[in-house]
Amino acid sequence: MSNLVEVRDLNIRFGGDRTVHAVNNLSLTLGEGEVLGLLGESGSGKSVTLRALMRLLPKKRTTITGKVEVMGRDVLAMDDDALSNFRGQAVSMIFQEPALALDPVYTIGQQIAETVMRHEGKSQRDAMARALEMLEVVRIPSAKRRLDAYPHEMSGGMRQRAMIALALACKPKILLADEPTTALDATVQIQILLLLRELQREFGMSVIFVTHDIGVAIEICDRVAVMYAGQIIEQGTLSQIVRTPLHPYAQGLLASTVHGAKRGARLETIPGAPPSLDKAPTACSFAPRCAHAQPRCTEGLPPDVQVGPGRTARCVLVDPAPAMA
Amino acid sequence: MTQIADVPDRLEPIEDLGGAAQPLLRVDGLTKHFPVRGGLFSAAKTVRAVDDVSFAIAKGETVGIVGESGCGKSTTARLLMHLMPRNAGDIVYDGRAVGRELSLRELRRGMQMVFQDSYASLNPRLTIEESIAFGPKVHGMADATARALARELLGKVGLRPETFANRYPHEVSGGQRQRVNIARALALSPRLVILDEAVSALDKSVEAQVLNLLVDLKREFGLTYLFISHDLNVVRYISDRVLVMYLGEVVELGPVDQVWDQPAHPYTRALLAAMPSSDPDKRTEVPPITGDPPNPIDPPAGCRFHTRCPFAEPLCGQASPKLTELDPSGHQAACFMAIPGSGHSRAPRGETAR
Repeated sequence: MSNLVEVRDLNIRFGGDRTVHAVNNLSLTLGEGEVLGLLGESGSGKSVTLRALMRLLPKKRTTITGKVEVMGRDVLAMDDDALSNFRGQAVSMIFQEPALALDPVYTIGQQIAETVMRHEGKSQRDAMARALEMLEVVRIPSAKRRLDAYPHEMSGGMRQRAMIALALACKPKILLADEPTTALDATVQIQILLLLRELQREFGMSVIFVTHDIGVAIEICDRVAVMYAGQIIEQGTLSQIVRTPLHPYAQGLLASTVHGAKRGARLETIPGAPPSLDKAPTACSFAPRCAHAQPRCTEGLPPDVQVGPGRTARCVLVDPAPAMA
Repeated sequence: MTQIADVPDRLEPIEDLGGAAQPLLRVDGLTKHFPVRGGLFSAAKTVRAVDDVSFAIAKGETVGIVGESGCGKSTTARLLMHLMPRNAGDIVYDGRAVGRELSLRELRRGMQMVFQDSYASLNPRLTIEESIAFGPKVHGMADATARALARELLGKVGLRPETFANRYPHEVSGGQRQRVNIARALALSPRLVILDEAVSALDKSVEAQVLNLLVDLKREFGLTYLFISHDLNVVRYISDRVLVMYLGEVVELGPVDQVWDQPAHPYTRALLAAMPSSDPDKRTEVPPITGDPPNPIDPPAGCRFHTRCPFAEPLCGQASPKLTELDPSGHQAACFMAIPGSGHSRAPRGETAR
């Protein structure tokens, strides 16, 4: 299987009054037709990683090092023209807040048509036809009428559908989704998740889906990478991560879920809080909160242990895979 | 290091009047309509944010309110706290009608609230200690005593007073700030605490810490909670009874296990089915419900859910179903399918409930 996205040793620093080491030595790959979940809590670097794939981070304050290759092209080496051709055509992104991501002074139809004209050089009329087709693809009722609607005239769920239509208008190979269902109501969230799952299959897209919600990851991801303090601390298939997490943080995160907990019984918690990212990590970032921490955890960076094919964990306690027979 | 030099005087909780049998809070016909200015050519409209809501909270119990945005759950909380005037309805605190027999000042002693946004609900210019001591001082406590109380409460919510008392809200994390808000709510020794999405903005691992704290504090101080959340898992974990709201109305209420195991209202069923799966092999295949919640401006006539309900019949668009007792446990639902002899084809026949 060829990799559409290949990230190696990615480091992202934000400058300013103080330096933030947002992403540290992160490597990941995304295969064709695959849905990869980036799971983590706020500040773990999941959205920053996603934005780096499209170079959406503020230019002046951000230092990115490492390798980011998307469909064989070096994203970090692109100039502005190359970037704007690349964004929206090969790769596109959907966001948490469609009300902020859409332009309030253009109709939905105009916004979708603009993208199609820009990237495919279509005429206004053809582009509008594509816009209508896209609104039907995302199941917006009375799509024809909605073409002329402004974002504020639509409900939250409708706007999210419109943003998906906009993102998919040029049939990108890769969709980057940044918590697209977090701001939605429960009954709407599940509709959007099922829609995304269906469109992913239909269009044969690869998706990177950022979420803090394990339930959401379960509904949509094939593979999951768990992030903590700017690093991927464990990755594997969805059921490996959900059923047999190896890293103590991943274990704690899954155990602290309220789902199915007995009323009034004590919930499992991870004590303490995530570290500040003022310095690049020189030891295991989770060690201060870890119940299994040992002296060697604070002496150096833990190795990224290969546990099986596609399965890694960044912890000294994890045994590497036995040599394959 | 021990901080117990002298145990500060607490404000005495408002005394228990009616005994255990009398509900701590009774709400009757609570209604709030917001006028919306019409456009140049359109008439003024009303948002029926809370419409004829009635319920009671027993002493020592935790009642949960669930529902989607715009269902009126937060407005209900704000009306109870008298943060906005209501259009109609009675609020009775331990047998005393608020406004007539119980002054607002006394009510605030007996009832406190924790909000979702931990930062916006603290004064950025006051240290954490000053914020917590502020309420007791307003109610006549001496400054030194109030500060000592604040430090004691910080300890109770798991924040070391020597580290945190003199910090400002922006200097602590979200989870810690929410603990400060909880400490501040407890400073007046209330008997009822309203938690309005109090854990929703927190990360999962921090959410679990704060939920454990809430359970501990409830036991230690003998508190009663009204817990508002859109997260059904959290509500199930913490609540004894639950109210399900839709577009300003209570559509179902009852003991939490009854409502979860035998939901009677189709909206409750949809809400429960909409929860993401927890098993990778059992993903949701069909969305339980289509469309968005309608705009609470001019809600649908009749049963407000009938526009999204798979079982709607002409009757549902014409008349509003009343909350009806389903069994002796106090499980009630407002749906014609649950009301015997209502005329809905799925309603139980005759007088016996299902």
